[in-house]
Amino acid sequence: MKITQGMFSFLPELSDEEIGAQCQYALDNEWPLSIEYTDDPHPRNTYWEMHALPMFDLEDAAGVVKEINDARKAHPETYIRVIAYDAARHRQSVAMLFIVQRPTTEPGFRLERTETNDRHIQYKMHSYAADRPAGDRYQAK
Amino acid sequence: MSPPSDPGAAPAPPRQGFGSASRSGGGGKDSNGKDSNGKDSDGQLAEPERLGDDETLDLAAERVEAGVDEVLRTLDEELVGLAPVKQRVAEIAALLLVDRARRRFGLTSERPNLHMSFTGSPGTGKTTVAMRMAALLHRLGYLRRGHLVAVTRDDLVGQYVGHTAPKTKEVVKRAMGGVLFIDEAYYLYRPENERDYGQESIEILLQTMENDRDDLVVVLAGYSDRMDVFFESNPGMSSRIGHHLDFPDYDVDELVGISDLFLKKENYKLEEAAVPVFRDYITRRREQARFANARSVRNALERARLRQARRLVDLGDKVSRDDLLTLKEEDFLGSRVFENSEGGDEPSAPDDEKSES
Repeated sequence: MKITQGMFSFLPELSDEEIGAQCQYALDNEWPLSIEYTDDPHPRNTYWEMHALPMFDLEDAAGVVKEINDARKAHPETYIRVIAYDAARHRQSVAMLFIVQRPTTEPGFRLERTETNDRHIQYKMHSYAADRPAGDRYQAK
Repeated sequence: MSPPSDPGAAPAPPRQGFGSASRSGGGGKDSNGKDSNGKDSDGQLAEPERLGDDETLDLAAERVEAGVDEVLRTLDEELVGLAPVKQRVAEIAALLLVDRARRRFGLTSERPNLHMSFTGSPGTGKTTVAMRMAALLHRLGYLRRGHLVAVTRDDLVGQYVGHTAPKTKEVVKRAMGGVLFIDEAYYLYRPENERDYGQESIEILLQTMENDRDDLVVVLAGYSDRMDVFFESNPGMSSRIGHHLDFPDYDVDELVGISDLFLKKENYKLEEAAVPVFRDYITRRREQARFANARSVRNALERARLRQARRLVDLGDKVSRDDLLTLKEEDFLGSRVFENSEGGDEPSAPDDEKSES
């Protein structure tokens, strides 16, 4: 099941060139970019790990694409996303966010229904990948 | 400029058609839907169209279109002297123009090696030329952004193990699409300390210069003698540099020319009597230690401004526009350069030059 988080996630995977063009758009707007990765795909998992430092003062997207490729090499079989921060109003708000790498197989989620008091149903999203310990979730078989 | 789609048509539109055609739309779009003058918004040339084997290309028109002349002209106007440097820059511009023309006929060749080293005494205009070079390469489509990132050892080399690589890589990322200007590059290499982190930085730079040469141009700058030593101890660096430009020292006439430009820019003028005095000042200052060419001239004029201000304030009288505009003889005669030479006892540089870097 393809995880759909952030921008462009209903589109086919972006090529490096398209990623570069999106990053260039962010840089032209003076939004610094940073790269994050995780192996916990739960939609409520907002705390992804940082890859390297946020990239300030860049002019050209070639540097970002280079760093994305470094991240892919360093963290294969994980989710990697690019975030553009907009500091225009003295706050770090996310202006763009899109996934640039996913594991080869994404097992997806199971929906668990728990019946509680008065026959209320509680729903729970359970990621199949999260059954395995962190760091071991998407290793190629 | 777009080639006409039918092979029998005129090879190039008339020169004056460039500006007007794109604005009025009279030149129209070619079959690929590209704007007929092929430029993007900030004046950079777009990737050229492929031409047929029997077509011809108007190099002069191409030159005008790329704005090469404009860059070279501002270089000529704003920088006094430096004839060998200007000639070399013009040669590089010509090479890149021909290289573009070759590509349009499908004659592929390796992208020319554009990494450069600028050697010369302090204040000979190395940074300024690097900035112009970035603009030129951008106009010709060799750099996507054409900005200049000027760094020194401090920006590249870290303070502890594992600090250098991220630092250098960050600077390289910032310079992508433009020129990375490394001032006093020889400080990167400290032979007396074999554990110096500078070596690590040099290795990353070497790798970058090889792998990312489509994305950035590295310019190493510094004093001639020390750069020679640096290149001798880093042969890999020397061989990756395509152009070694040597910046000659300015002679007195050129320095006077520089000061004229500076005064004009700052809205000052020299009193008639002050002209020979200032010339004398430059002649004397040149002989002394720590003379930094154009920078020293600028500093001298800054100090003359100080003395002028003090003179006017001490006068405590009404001042006219002319008083505010004019630097007088005594504004220069107050300098220690004159004191020293008359006393003749102290060979070192004057005190008021000590603030110079």
